[in-house]
Amino acid sequence: MTPSIADAIISCDNVTVNYGAFAAVRNIFLDIPRHKVTAFIGPSGCGKSTVLRCFNRMNDLIESFSMKGKVLFHGQDLYGPRVDPVEVRRRIGMVFQKPNPFPKTIYENIAFGARINGFKGDMDELVETSLRRAAVWDECKDKLQESGLSLSGGQQQRLCIARAIAVEPEVILMDEPCSALDPISTLKVEETLHALKKNFTIVIVTHNMQQAVRVSDMTAFYNAVDMEGSDGMVGYLAEYNETREIFNNPKSKDTEEYVTGRFG
Amino acid sequence: MTSNATNPMATTCYPPAASGLTYNPYAPRNVWNRAMNLLAALFATIAVLPLVVVTLYVLYKGGGAITPAIFTELPPAPGLSEPMGMGNAIIGTAMVTGGAALVAIPVGVGGGIYLAEVARKGWFAQSIRFGVNVLAGVPSIICGLFIYALVVNTRILWGESFSALAGSLALAVLMLPTIVKTTDEGLKLVPQELRMGALGIGASRFVTITRVVLPAAVSPIATGVVLGIARAAGETAPLIFTALFSPFWPDWASGWGLLAPTATLSVQIYNFGIMPFEPQVQLAWAASFILVVMILAANLLARWLAHFSAS
Repeated sequence: MTPSIADAIISCDNVTVNYGAFAAVRNIFLDIPRHKVTAFIGPSGCGKSTVLRCFNRMNDLIESFSMKGKVLFHGQDLYGPRVDPVEVRRRIGMVFQKPNPFPKTIYENIAFGARINGFKGDMDELVETSLRRAAVWDECKDKLQESGLSLSGGQQQRLCIARAIAVEPEVILMDEPCSALDPISTLKVEETLHALKKNFTIVIVTHNMQQAVRVSDMTAFYNAVDMEGSDGMVGYLAEYNETREIFNNPKSKDTEEYVTGRFG
Repeated sequence: MTSNATNPMATTCYPPAASGLTYNPYAPRNVWNRAMNLLAALFATIAVLPLVVVTLYVLYKGGGAITPAIFTELPPAPGLSEPMGMGNAIIGTAMVTGGAALVAIPVGVGGGIYLAEVARKGWFAQSIRFGVNVLAGVPSIICGLFIYALVVNTRILWGESFSALAGSLALAVLMLPTIVKTTDEGLKLVPQELRMGALGIGASRFVTITRVVLPAAVSPIATGVVLGIARAAGETAPLIFTALFSPFWPDWASGWGLLAPTATLSVQIYNFGIMPFEPQVQLAWAASFILVVMILAANLLARWLAHFSAS
């Protein structure tokens, strides 16, 4: 079921996540390839975002969170006892569902992350390159000193992507980055993703299957089932393969029904 | 075509529209409505009336004494009518309140940060919140008594008893709950996404709080601080036991004036208001006016800060 991936940057080894007594996902085995875009698709409540947030320890903020199994980043266990979550998040950045620029100037939004990560070079240049790579430079080059909140939703989201890029992480996690955007902004963000693939590994959660087809190389389809001894649905990784295989030649019936729009 | 009367589906017969839709000022509900509006407006006026009347009356009684000299001269000795000033009390109020703010702001804001960002919902945080609410309700005279027993009576501050510093501590105790509560509430209003965004680019918790969360909440916090200061600046009871009073300029030789008994506007009102000498009584009214104006200004500043955040 899982394709063999030669150059995995993140691997899940039998990951099971619980929120208190409630099981969210179980038994995930998954290898994320380097410098590719991997899409997570599946119906709501199947644990896509949960797995994504395990990759940079964002779940640490949720008190009831507990995880079994291992998440390996370059072979190193992210949940090892001596791992600093702050260091993890510097290497594995994140873009959220809702655009969340800091209430600072556009310039500061980019410079902030770089500065706290000890960036010493030419800040003006870094701000420009980051905004260019996120395809938002032209729209905000004349108002770098205005608040990041003065931009439109789509521009804000690309600003957040630029902010994530500026820290030079290896992996960028995106949790439904386009769900709050209009189609034109979505298209621009997708173009950005294509350009970013050369330098970054991207994992994107999306509810939009066309988007998964357009942007991703690999697709993981998650599903949820009623599990014995648990209240509610538990997510699992139903199928993981190259995107064109998932959409053109799915192995499981659930995947086929989901990608053809018959459920979910 | 069937008319309403014969249509079996119609349940109500409406009168012709021409007379039915006009506003009838004598309909009982409309009369009632107007009467209640009037009553509500009347109560609202009564609620703000004291402020206007107090300010005007205080101005009427003390206005004659409000001259530039009031800021530069000392009060007259009993029985005399020269000089007519209370510069020492104005400086004293600024010193005592400022000192209190210097103590209460770091402790209060720090405590609020702990409650909202670190402890959040545990039993410890909840019991601190409860304690802060109780402290907010403690009568101010008891705060004064507490500092009197702890600081003044024991002469713990460099061997001095009554001092501006002791007064500051008593007022700081009074300011604390307001500052802790507004900081806590202000930080809770900062969206969680902002914290996640900062953590997501590798900011530590300290950097997230100091560089992203606190700046986003600065105006509710500043509002709370200003209101806390304004409330404490007008307190009398805690100062009677601590800063006491002095008819002289602050004793600059004694710990920059902080370690000697110090005059304040509120205690001056208390002391002079009941004296049998006309100049002193007039100065008490003038002090009242200055105090009211100071508190009004502080509240306007707080409103401006709150407005500043909204834009």
